[in-house]
Order: sequence, then C-alpha cells, then structure tokens
Amino acid sequence: MLATARTFTLDGIAARPVRVEVDVHRGLPAFSVVGLPDAAVREARERVRAAIANCDFEFPLRRIVANLAPASLRKAGPGLDLPIAVALLTASGQLSWEALPRLAMVGELALDGSVRSVPGVLAIAEAARERGVEAIVVPAANGPEAALAGGIDVIPLEGLAQVTALAAGEWAPERPQPMSLSPAQEGDAPDLADLRGQPHLRHALEVATAGGHSVLMVGPPGAGKSLAASRLPSILPPLAPGEALEVARIASACGRLEAGLGGGRPFRVPHHTISAAGLVGGGNPPRPGEATLAHRGVLFLDELCEFRRDALEALRAPLETGWVSISRAGASRRLPCRFMLVAAANPCPCGRGEADPECSCAPLDVRRYQGRLSGALADRIDVLAAIRQPSAEEIAGPPGESSAAVRERVAAARELQERRLGPGRSNAEMTPGEVRECPLDHAAAALLAESYSRRRLSGRAHDRVLRLARTVADLAGTEAIERDQMAQALQLRRRDRE
Amino acid sequence: MSSGEPRACPDCLRRSRLLAHLAPYIEKVATGAPGSRSPELLRLSNEDLAEVVAPKVAGQILARLEAVPERRLAQDLLAAECWACCRHDALFPDGLRDADDAPWALIGRGDSALLASLEPTGAVTVVGARRASTYGREVARGLGRELASAGLVVVSGLAFGIDACAHRGALEGGRTVAVLGCGADVSYPAAHHSLWRQVCENGLVLSELPPGEGAWRWSFPARNRIMAALAGMTVVVEAAARSGSLITADLAADLGRDLGAVPGPVGSRLSAGPNNLLAGGACLVRDAQDVLDAMLGPGVRQIERTGPPLGPLALAALEALEGGAETCDAIAVELGLAGGEVAAALAELEANGYASCSMVGVYSRTTLRQPAGI
Repeated sequence: MLATARTFTLDGIAARPVRVEVDVHRGLPAFSVVGLPDAAVREARERVRAAIANCDFEFPLRRIVANLAPASLRKAGPGLDLPIAVALLTASGQLSWEALPRLAMVGELALDGSVRSVPGVLAIAEAARERGVEAIVVPAANGPEAALAGGIDVIPLEGLAQVTALAAGEWAPERPQPMSLSPAQEGDAPDLADLRGQPHLRHALEVATAGGHSVLMVGPPGAGKSLAASRLPSILPPLAPGEALEVARIASACGRLEAGLGGGRPFRVPHHTISAAGLVGGGNPPRPGEATLAHRGVLFLDELCEFRRDALEALRAPLETGWVSISRAGASRRLPCRFMLVAAANPCPCGRGEADPECSCAPLDVRRYQGRLSGALADRIDVLAAIRQPSAEEIAGPPGESSAAVRERVAAARELQERRLGPGRSNAEMTPGEVRECPLDHAAAALLAESYSRRRLSGRAHDRVLRLARTVADLAGTEAIERDQMAQALQLRRRDRE
Repeated sequence: MSSGEPRACPDCLRRSRLLAHLAPYIEKVATGAPGSRSPELLRLSNEDLAEVVAPKVAGQILARLEAVPERRLAQDLLAAECWACCRHDALFPDGLRDADDAPWALIGRGDSALLASLEPTGAVTVVGARRASTYGREVARGLGRELASAGLVVVSGLAFGIDACAHRGALEGGRTVAVLGCGADVSYPAAHHSLWRQVCENGLVLSELPPGEGAWRWSFPARNRIMAALAGMTVVVEAAARSGSLITADLAADLGRDLGAVPGPVGSRLSAGPNNLLAGGACLVRDAQDVLDAMLGPGVRQIERTGPPLGPLALAALEALEGGAETCDAIAVELGLAGGEVAAALAELEANGYASCSMVGVYSRTTLRQPAGI
C-alpha cells in the first residue's frame, strides 16, 4: 500500500517542498530511504523504527521503501522523521488521516516517539503557506516560531502517539501564540552610557550608525573598542516588523531562534581565525555565514589585521550588494546580508601605537600591519575612529549619554534618508549619481574642493566624504550640507596610506 | 664651477667595482669587531684594502679587476641609467675633497647639474632614527620642506623614518639628494621605491658602489661619511644613544662641519642622541630658521613664518595639539567640546596644513608656522 506526506527541507535559509512517498508491500523485511537523503535523513530509518515500536504501533515486517521527491533535490536534516513515520503508519494501515494531503509536517523523532524541534520552522511554515497548505504540524517547541508565519494553521505535536487522536479529530491541541519579536527589556541590553568620556568616539559612532557607514576603530587594547562596538545595536533604530521577520527567519534556519533572540538587532563577533566560508557562508549544502547572521545588525571584526586575507576579500562583494551568492553544483543561493560593518584594530602589532615610546615594533612590521588596514576590505570602510586610553577622571566620571537619546537622533536622520532614497536605504548605499546630487552650500563646496586640490583627498575618498557629510547634515536636519558638516566629514573619513 | 657632463676615470670606477667585489669580505672584517668603522678601511689603497680584508684571494680579485675593460665599465653605467663622477673631475663635490676617506668616484642617478651645484654651504644633511616617533617625522618633514624652500639642498639616506620624511618634505619644497648604501639604481629599502623614483626624477641619488650592488651592513657607515662631507651642516632629528645617525654626526664633526640637533623629550629613548649632542655643544635646531642662522649667519635669510588664518575653535584645537593631545578625543576632552565641533576644527587645521592625521587617526603638528593674525 502506498501513502504520501508533504514536508519541506531547508536549503540555505529557504524551504523547499518535499513529498514523502512510502510504499509497504510483501517481500523480505527491509526499510530503505531513497531520493538523495543526507546522512541525517538516512539515519531516520532507525529513529522511525524505534519511535513507531515505542508508541504502541507495529513496525511492519515487510519491504518498505520511502521515496523523497523530487529525487534531484538533496534533503538534509532530521526534520523528515515525522513525515516518514506518519506516511509509513498510513501505508501500513495503522493510521487513517483524511486531512493528510492538505497538511505539511516537520519534526525529528526521539526513540520514545516524542517530537524534537528542528531548525528553520519559520521558513518552512512560510513556504507551506505560500503553497496553499492548510495546516502544518510542527514540534511543540517550534510552535510559537511557526505561528510567526501567519495565515496557516499551526498544530504543535509533542509525540508520535498523539497522531492517532489528532487524525481521528478526537484531540485538538491549543494553537500556539506567535513569539514576540519586540526588543527585550530596555534595561537588559548593553547601553552606550557605559562608554564614559571619549566624545570623538561617540560622535563617530553616532554618525556611522545614522548613515549606515562602516567604521574602523583604531586604538590600544583595553581602550574600549569592544565595549563601544557591543553598544552599537542599541543605538540603531528598532527593527521594522518586516525586518524583524527577516532576522527571525535567518536565526530560525540556523536553529538559534528559540535560544532567545530578544527581537533586537543581531550583533555578531566572529573570531579572527574564521574561514571565508564561515564568514560569508558556504559548504555543501550551503549554510549561512556570519555575514548573513548579522543581517540587519552589526558585524564586528575585532583585530581586523589578524583576519585571513581571503576571508576579508570574500566579504567585499556582499558588503557592496547586501547579498551573498553561493554557487554550488545544482543551484546557486542568495542569502541576505545587510549589516553594518564595525572593525577594530590596534595601531601597531604591539598595540601601543608608534607615538608611544614603549612601542617595540620594527618599522617594517608596522608598515606591514598598517598595510592590512589599507587592504581590500578597507576600501569599503568610511569612518575612522581613533581611540585612546581614557583618563582616570573620565573612567571615574559620570556615565555618558544613554543609548535611547542617541537612538532618537539616529532614527530621525534615518527617516530623512528613507524619505530621500527610498525605504530601507541609507546614505552609505548612495550611488555615485545620488552622491553628486547632494546640495552643498558654497563654503562646504569650497572646503571640499580645497582639500581635494591639496591632494589631502583621493578621488575615491571624495565621494566617501560627500556621503559622510550628507549623514552629518541629516543628523543636524539641514537641507544642504554646510561647511562645518563638511569639515566633520573630512575629519571622520578613513585615511588612506599616503 | 665648470659645467658639462660628469666624468669618471677608469681607475676610480674600478675602485668602486673593487668595493663590490670585496663587499662580503669587508662585511666580515668591519662588523666582526664591535665599534669598528668601515670608513677607516676605505681610506686604504686598493692593494692594501684587498690584502687586509681578503688576504687569501687578494691577488685573484685585483687581477680580475684589472681585466675589466674600460668599455664594460661605461656600459654598465649606461645600462643602469647612471653616470659617474670621480675625484679627478671638476664636478666632484667640493665637500668631499675635504675628507681624506672620500670615495674615489660617485655613481649618480638623476639630475647631474645638481651635483655640480652641490656645495657644503648650500646643503644640509638631515639624519635620524628609522624607528622615529610621529613628532620626529613631522619635524623632519617640516625641516626638509622649509630648508628646501629656502634654497638649500637637503641630503639624507632614504632610510625609513626620519630620512624618508626629510626627503618627502624636501620634495615638497625644493631639491634633495639621497646617498645610498647600495647601488644608485637600487631602491633600498624596497618599500621606498616610489620615493626613490621621485628623488631620481626631482633630485639626485648618489652611491659609492657600482650599479646593481645590494646593501651591506658596512656600507651604511660608509655612506654616512659621504652624507656628512657633502653638507655644511648635519642635523640629527631623533636617534637612540647608539644610532647610526650619530656616526654621521661624529664624522661631520671630524670634518669641522656644523652640527645641529633637534631637542626631544628627556625621557624618550629616541631623544638621547640629539639631547646628548646638544649637551656637547651642538647647535639647537627648532626649525629651519635655526639651521639657516647657523649656516649663513643670524638673520641673513628669513623663512616664511605665518600661515593662513584660522577660526577661534581651530586655534584652540591647534593649541591643544601643540600641548600634546594627539587624538581627536584627547583634544575634545581637553577643550571640553563635543566630538563634532572638534572634528570640524581639526578638519580646518588639516585643510590649512597645520596638522596631519595618520592612518590610525593620530594627529600631529606639521610645521612650526603660526597662523596669521595672532
């Protein structure tokens, strides 16, 4: 006898439909799974066998073939356990579920038959809704996540044993409430008030955040680079509902959503030994990297100069386009990665800085080290924030301005940008054409022209300064860029090697 | 001073070739014993030098040298786009004639007319540490620029740190001469290739060694003696207590040249050299004017002392910068201003050339000029 069940498998961060066909007929007892299963899916046989036996069903001693269609798509992960088990029960006549063709299901089975959570349920529920599936059966733990999709009936299931009652309509579980994506309690998140003193750094971070510009912080170890970076998400404007869903979808696909996303913007700090695939995503099947995990949030590269060159190179195109394209045999996937890049570096290998007489670095080492600062990725960095060791009075002094106050200004500036450039866009993404259209007052134009003609500014830096100046003007709320704002932008810009 | 192309006789050219042949042997002898100075060795005649540094192969090397045809010597120079000037030529710099250990021939690349006009009264040697501080670099650059603008030729060694800054400054203001410890067609250190090319195009690169020869440890003290002899005054900007720059200073003093030093903070290792020189009676150099006064007599030539005017905030920022605040943050804290205001002030300073900012965001005062109107 033959039975089919509908399910989805995760591919990158998107879900693809899979039809599970199980055929039970006479022959030597055997259980095989065909249709490009990965190791986890192949092992489903053992889990399904034990779960069925332990839930007082009978595992048929017949020849069983489970086919996963389409046969050309590689199926990954343990989420196919539940549909295989249900189709098997139906095929062997132990279960009769009239609604089965209109349902999709996903879940991993434990040996005792309980249903374990799986990654990517949000994307799966959305994909199911788009394909007209009426209801989706998900592990109970993933219920609130699946409910985020909306427009589809979410049935949380705790164990395989409940299936009989569910199929017969004798039992209907309580539908889960969608999980909250609004930010966690204000007091819990790290606050910019912890950054004491350092007015320039505050200013640089505010401008960078307001325009979505990437920042490079340079300063001695322990001066507060990591502290400042970790506070950045708190001064970014809150996520729009659509953006929050994008973030949740990525977190869900990586199995991180239930760990408590908090609804805030992501803040990712990859270690500097990370590979290119780890940073932008890769592998087979392709998995999202840190850049995608930082989508709509902050990607913090501490010790920028220590990162592998190929890894940083790989980050270039995604930074420009906001997408990572991963091509593998079969298909290419596009993963979103619109993040704010924040990098930190020491001024020289020993970290003290050449100005410090204690610095023991050879000039060639310093050159080589700083060469990496002007390397490929640095082209994409707009703002330079020089950090120094705060003085004793500053550290003991009053806390700085709170994140909430800064966030208000940043949000106002972003709103101006969206009104000018379109929704979701910031000054950092302006095309050269848009940059040239920014109105300048006479004094500002003169200052820019003078800096350019004195060769203190390269051609490439010219546009970067204009973008920055536009952001400074947005923060001040002025229509045209004024001289002071241009001067600030000139000061904030990242320096090239002379 | 006669004009025309510089010339070199075959014997003197052979001498420079001999140095190249003997270079590895000299390396052993000159650096084997601490404190031994290669210039002492270079006083010796060809035969004696070969005998001292390479007794076993001396005869062989001298014979090989004699066998090199004259035509070949000239061809090698041409191939490297170099020319040579020997001590028998009228264009040979007068300064070198004062030294009894002077090179026999100079191999040059660049403007040979500059060689003809190179006189001790019109040239200043600026030397200092490779591992220089931001302060030292800025002073060197400022000195180079102002001295060159005042018409003097700035001589230095193209090394990292002070040397390179002096050259860069001089290229902004006028002419400069680089004396190398390797062949004149070799840019050493390699990282200074573009600077070397600029000096070749707008100035002059000199060496005692034949084209193509690499640098040796002994060849640096050896080129120092040339730098010391070429200029009327040697200025040490920053140097640790046992720096090669101090060898140049010693050599200059031996030749009876003026010696100047730029004072530095007492606690800094890099100031030990110049501060010791000052304690020993060297001329105090705060800016190019001090150098001009020492070389030409007080007040004979004045440098331009005022720069473009500045706004009040920029003036305050300039004062804080001169007071030792190096980053935008430090200046903001000192002035009690918000980050944005200080950023604007610093940008004004930078645009007007009063300050410069490094790749890592450290500001430094560029020249000692004060803004007009105060």
